[in-house]
Amino acid sequence: MAEDKPSWKEYPMAATIHSPGSATDQNTGDWKSMRPVRDSSKCDKCGICWIFCPDAALYMTEEGFYEVDLYHCKGCGICAHECRKEAITMVEEGE
Amino acid sequence: MGERVGLEVSLAVSEAVKLARADVIAAYPITPQTHIVEELSQMVADGDLDAEYVMVESEHSAMSACCGAAAVGARTFTATASQGLALMHEVLFIASGLRLPVVMAVANRALSAPISIWGDQSDVMSERDSGWIQLFAETGQEALDLTIQAFKIAEDRRVLLPAEVNIDGFTLSHVVEPIVIPGQEEVDSFLPPYEPQVILDPEKPVTMGPVGFPELYTEIKKQQNEALLGSYEVILEVWDRFAESFGRKYRPVEHYRTEDAEILINMAGAMSGTARIAVDMMRETGKKVGLIRTRLWRPYPFDEIRNAVKGAKAVAVVDRALSFGGQGGPMCSELRSALYPLAEKPVVTSYIAGLGGRDITVENFQTIVEDTGDVLANGPREEYKMIGVRE
Repeated sequence: MAEDKPSWKEYPMAATIHSPGSATDQNTGDWKSMRPVRDSSKCDKCGICWIFCPDAALYMTEEGFYEVDLYHCKGCGICAHECRKEAITMVEEGE
Repeated sequence: MGERVGLEVSLAVSEAVKLARADVIAAYPITPQTHIVEELSQMVADGDLDAEYVMVESEHSAMSACCGAAAVGARTFTATASQGLALMHEVLFIASGLRLPVVMAVANRALSAPISIWGDQSDVMSERDSGWIQLFAETGQEALDLTIQAFKIAEDRRVLLPAEVNIDGFTLSHVVEPIVIPGQEEVDSFLPPYEPQVILDPEKPVTMGPVGFPELYTEIKKQQNEALLGSYEVILEVWDRFAESFGRKYRPVEHYRTEDAEILINMAGAMSGTARIAVDMMRETGKKVGLIRTRLWRPYPFDEIRNAVKGAKAVAVVDRALSFGGQGGPMCSELRSALYPLAEKPVVTSYIAGLGGRDITVENFQTIVEDTGDVLANGPREEYKMIGVRE
């Protein structure tokens, strides 16, 4: 709704961002066409997917697996490419 | 009250920057601007000016360094001309878009090709829409005063925009004129230290210049344009304050013998001095001629221009720049647009003169006034004329 958005008077001067790390609030994962899906039976929790993810969109669960944060994941597929156990498959969004 | 000395105008600009206590100067030498920054580097080397002088490898880097310095809260100055200003082009928009109050002197010079080191105003006209406050000086005193004022205008929290002082290359930059150098204490009281609103600070991080998505960009540009339009009132305030402190009065448009004038000549910069002589000579022969000089080019002084032309039959605009394939002169286009909504408006004629350092003479102005008289008598003809061009 356009009328809910701020007027030009309400934005900080020159669009300067005053809260560090605010990019985490941005939903940057809504335009991916492929998403990574992990087969936990193949995964040995080595963490190479976590190391290679260029967007820090993986986090470790209590069980030690690396879960994808789909809010930020852009579906680049680097994790699936790097996984030595072939435990990550890229699946078409919508499937 | 200051000391009156004979001084090259470029050095007077350097003196103004010193009096303004600039913190950072980043510049690359280019004719005819070089004397300004050469003198400043000497002042810094001699310990007369406590500033950081950044040697850069290009004007693109000079303006980038100025943006960085202004972003951490430094009072920042640079100077350039012609190709140097053109090389700064993309960074000029970043300075204004990030609302960084950089001050720059431009010793106006023609653009290549063919190569010309000589003066005209095509360099600044190519940067007309860069979002900078743009001022034109006619004299050395004005060059010094405008430079000091530019810092106060640019740094005002209601403005926070970069400002540019244009001085014609050679015909102003390289001449020696009697100039009053204000005292340091007077300047300090007129221009206190810069107090930035937002700076880059590791203790309190901010992101300057993030991505402006389509839903945001228009609003930020509106904000920037409002600041530039709003700077008009601040400029008037600063000029009033300057007049109180230093006794010299400034207005966006300068009038000379405009009372009862039927034909007005309009221009900016150093050629106005020659035009005054031409006006005096024509007045002696009974011609009702006057002069209006545009000192403030951005924001454009619409109301002042409309008031200035009231009662005149014609305005002859003399541009030292050619807008290829367009209406001819950028200053004339602007004036025509400003007058268009008026029910009663004078005839406007456009002349291009003084390109690439060609002299503009008293006779040229007489020709321009006669030609405009001819248009008044016989009706309009071509869009504009190039003065002195060999057919």
